[in-house]
Amino acid sequence: MNGNGNKDRIGLNRLGSLGVLLALVALWWVASNAGWVSRVFLPTPQATFASLLEGLNLAGGDGNGELLGFTQATVGRMIEGWLLASLFGVLLGAAIGVSPQVRAWVQPTLEFIRPLPASALLPLAISIFGLNPGMVLFVVAFGAMWPVLLATVHGFAAVEPRLSEVTRCLQMSRAAYIWKMGLPNAMPDILAGMRLALTIALIVAVVGEMIASQSGLGQAILLAARAFRASDLFAGIVLLGLIGFVSNALLALAEQRLLRWQRP
Amino acid sequence: MTDSRLYRWLRPWVFPVVLVGAFEWYARRAAALGSDALAPPSAAAKAFMGAATDGSLWTATGFTLGTAALGLLLGAVLGIALGVVLGLSRRAAQLGSVSIEVLRPVPSVALIPLAMLTFGFGVRMELAIVAFATFWPLLVLVQSAVQQVEPRLLEVSRVLGLSSRERAFKIVLPAIVPRLFVALRLGVAVALVVAVTVEIAANPNGMGYAMMIAQQSFDPALMLAWLVWIGVVGFAVNAGMVLLQRVVSRRMGVQP
Repeated sequence: MNGNGNKDRIGLNRLGSLGVLLALVALWWVASNAGWVSRVFLPTPQATFASLLEGLNLAGGDGNGELLGFTQATVGRMIEGWLLASLFGVLLGAAIGVSPQVRAWVQPTLEFIRPLPASALLPLAISIFGLNPGMVLFVVAFGAMWPVLLATVHGFAAVEPRLSEVTRCLQMSRAAYIWKMGLPNAMPDILAGMRLALTIALIVAVVGEMIASQSGLGQAILLAARAFRASDLFAGIVLLGLIGFVSNALLALAEQRLLRWQRP
Repeated sequence: MTDSRLYRWLRPWVFPVVLVGAFEWYARRAAALGSDALAPPSAAAKAFMGAATDGSLWTATGFTLGTAALGLLLGAVLGIALGVVLGLSRRAAQLGSVSIEVLRPVPSVALIPLAMLTFGFGVRMELAIVAFATFWPLLVLVQSAVQQVEPRLLEVSRVLGLSSRERAFKIVLPAIVPRLFVALRLGVAVALVVAVTVEIAANPNGMGYAMMIAQQSFDPALMLAWLVWIGVVGFAVNAGMVLLQRVVSRRMGVQP
């Protein structure tokens, strides 16, 4: 009975917080419809919704489906870059992290590069590779690689010393050590790094599309703002928020499943 | 003994020196083959000295750092205020949770066009985006810090009959100072990255724009100089924050 009451209360709170969100949207509706804020900056929610429907081809035939293609391009870039970043980040991180010698030589340099904004590499990449989709992908992957790389190095460095002694007693090969001790131990760090990397991948993908005019949501919202099409701009922002929300939620779910063995 | 100390001091520098040397060799060879996309580090150093003497280096750096600091201030004040409220009242936290979950994942760069439309170019648009980007991490970290304040302290405040404003300023804020500095350190890193990104993408001011314009005017030496300088500034600011945090937590009697 007590449990039931608790469940009821949680459901009620969930409803209440949904209500707060609806109230915010209502405030937006009132502010834009009553003209408190100029519609040049703040379109009405219904106009934004109409732009979304039209762009995503949900309005029933008469939509142009532009946003659908842009979303696919941006999500594709983000995921490709993120996968590359995760792969190379873990490989390089394991290679650096497994040996204290290599760590001592290389880590200070890595720590120096860490605070560098990933988007600062865009001008360099443009002058080396030119304006093309591969260039943007390279910067996305390179920028998103750092959190994974540093997390992997940290995870390998933090292996319990007794576990390393066990592997020496068992005379495990270095590959076996990496596979059986290092990686499982670094897993929580790596997953946290990969989650950060996904956020960075989305940001760099959007900035890259804006600067290098590659087709995608980044370019779409920039053009919408230049043409004062505020409802299209808001539709793009809503979609980008949705991409961030869904990707983060999926990764949090995956993290929970993959790290189940850690909990007693 | 001194030998090993020298060895230890020199060791971190070997890898970057080798990298720079390789880059110098590669860029010179590329230049000899007629490419003007890259410049050797020696030319970048010369370009850097030029920018430092004619003052453009300092104006751009000042603009970026100043805007990032103001944006962080705005985002931090709002984030801390809301974080304290949500941390103290469980009902408020639950009511706000869905809105925060929905709004937080919006990537800060998505707001660049909107800020451009609303504020035009200049300080205000960059300020708004930096404030938005730093607001969320501070909100979340402060909220969890407040939730972990020793419950007995809050009981004391109730016994003393403090008003809720006094409770926030006299009990809660001093109790979370060490964790607040951890959050601020993260906020500083985010603010700097976002400020440079906004300048690269849109705002015609500051270090990011200076690098962009060097690239567009085919001056790879100056562009490389800016890239390295942005790295140095970021490293110095972050190192300064780590130092500050260590001093504060020692003052507050917390083991780091």
